[in-house]
Amino acid sequence: MFVYRSAATISPVDYMVCSHRLRWPELLPWVAIIAAYFAFPSYLALGAQVMIMVLFALSLDLVLGYAGIVTLGHAAFFGVGAYTAGILAVHGWEEAITALPVAAAVAGAVGLVTGYIILRTRGLTLLMLTLAVASMLGEAANKANWLTGGADGLQGITLRPLLGVFHFDLFGRTAFVYCALVLFAGWVFVRRLVHAPFGRSLTGIRENAARMHAIGAPVRQRQIIVYTIAAALAGVAGALEAQTTQFVGLNVLSFDLSGAVLIMLIFGGVGRLYGAFVGAPLYMVAQDALSRLDPEYWFFWVGLLLVVTVMFARGGILGVADLLRRKVMR
Amino acid sequence: MKAGAVPRQERVSAVNEFLSALVSIMFHGLAYAMILYVVSVGLSVTMGLMGFANLAHGVFAMAGGYVAISLMSRLGLSFGPAVVLAVLVVAAASVVLERLLYARLYGAGEIEQVLFTIGLIFMSIAAAKFMFGSSQQELVLPAALRGEVSILGRMFPTYRAFIIVTGAIIALGLWLGLERSQFGARVRAAVDNRRMARSVGIDTDRLFSLTFALGSGLAALGGALGGELLTIHPAYAIEHLVYFLTVVAVGGLGSIRGPFLAAVLLGVGDTACKYLLPDIGAFFIYFALFGLLLWRPAGLFGRA
Repeated sequence: MFVYRSAATISPVDYMVCSHRLRWPELLPWVAIIAAYFAFPSYLALGAQVMIMVLFALSLDLVLGYAGIVTLGHAAFFGVGAYTAGILAVHGWEEAITALPVAAAVAGAVGLVTGYIILRTRGLTLLMLTLAVASMLGEAANKANWLTGGADGLQGITLRPLLGVFHFDLFGRTAFVYCALVLFAGWVFVRRLVHAPFGRSLTGIRENAARMHAIGAPVRQRQIIVYTIAAALAGVAGALEAQTTQFVGLNVLSFDLSGAVLIMLIFGGVGRLYGAFVGAPLYMVAQDALSRLDPEYWFFWVGLLLVVTVMFARGGILGVADLLRRKVMR
Repeated sequence: MKAGAVPRQERVSAVNEFLSALVSIMFHGLAYAMILYVVSVGLSVTMGLMGFANLAHGVFAMAGGYVAISLMSRLGLSFGPAVVLAVLVVAAASVVLERLLYARLYGAGEIEQVLFTIGLIFMSIAAAKFMFGSSQQELVLPAALRGEVSILGRMFPTYRAFIIVTGAIIALGLWLGLERSQFGARVRAAVDNRRMARSVGIDTDRLFSLTFALGSGLAALGGALGGELLTIHPAYAIEHLVYFLTVVAVGGLGSIRGPFLAAVLLGVGDTACKYLLPDIGAFFIYFALFGLLLWRPAGLFGRA
């Protein structure tokens, strides 16, 4: 189904032992982020948005890339996190950092409950249920005007300076560094998780659930756990979005966002941890460029790109890069 | 008369009012259900037959609506021929798409199919916007379908009565056609076990194309006929996606009766809840969905 890092050149045991070691290309995203901070001081707000999407796509990679659960409603958790952080701030909890774990907990709880219900099903039914959860929450946010501001969005989010020192400035410097640090923490966490036995068992479930059952792995339980973890992580991304833009609109729960994050991950490459880092910036830059070139019909080109990617470049950019590298090496 | 007692006449009229509300809910709900059924049944069959997660199914319904409406408004065709022609055009176009694109992804993973069809949806939205503008398209009904018709002493909108009758005929025709004909037997055989069907000499590729065309044609029919209930606009395929998929999932993949029952349940339930509880009625469909699928994960008529 997907193309993964080639393990063919080394023995499986070596692969299992070595694969978690840090290799130098893994530091590239962080070099890029630090460079971006100094190179594009006028685009820091956009940079923060991109990093939020990277974190969001990273959480999707856990569910989709590692556990193989196809979801069309991952925005549900992003949205719950965003609304949690936004509502907390509006009601006087103006400390941003402590709001993150709260958002993660609420989004994780939603993930746990819905995951418990919907992960009994498979295939198309599961797909549809993930979509249904997100659109139900969207409907709820729309109806609960008193809490969420409904279609007008949640306004009036104010935050105290981070750690009492760093104001959220107009240029987005604080927001950029804040998002970068949270993303870094998220990356360390996800990286450890997927290389841990738990992550390995997820890969096993994705590749062959029946066999994992047969060797005694608690398949459903693992799926529910990873779904919950990914939901919490998506909730953190949503909370960052609410805090840095100081606004939450209904679009955080929309199908468009669920679709967009899916597309980012696919463009980057699924199940490889770094697809999110490649896909999200690329998608956002491409969207920006396309919507400037063709403001009314830009998503036609996104759709076309998607169809072409699926037809000819299944592994996304990183997959194609791997393929090319292998061809050159041979 | 004692004070406080409700006069008999008022009681009768209250009962009458309740009854007429009930009848009206049933009626509107059924009309809605029939559109949902006609659009979704093709999705159920293609999904069961090919295991293809075709999220873009609604695109064919939208295309049917657009083609029928523009045939009427630009070429001056009347309602009947326009709808028939729209169905044929969409069915033919769908075969081309199926052979060129869909067929390459039959063996692919779910995620590829999902992304491919989302890509198609995006393209269809932009294309519809480009060709017809972003406003809603109005379906101009022929005089015979406007106004009201009297059934058992009550007045009903003719259009909805027509939809219900047409939907019922299609359901019956499909059921008979797929239960009693050789084509139907082949389809059912291929749904049950594709490899076995192929090994006894059924040309499954052709069967896929035919059923795909049939399903898309039905979707186009639903889109064109239901143009006044589910208005035709560029985001049609996304807006109703949850409903179409719900009907299929609740009914059970690959089943003909399942989507019918599911559509009736959801159509009538949704209409009733939105009418009786305007504030929270929109949630009915989700609760029904979660409840039904917790009870039967494979759908009402699905094979686990």
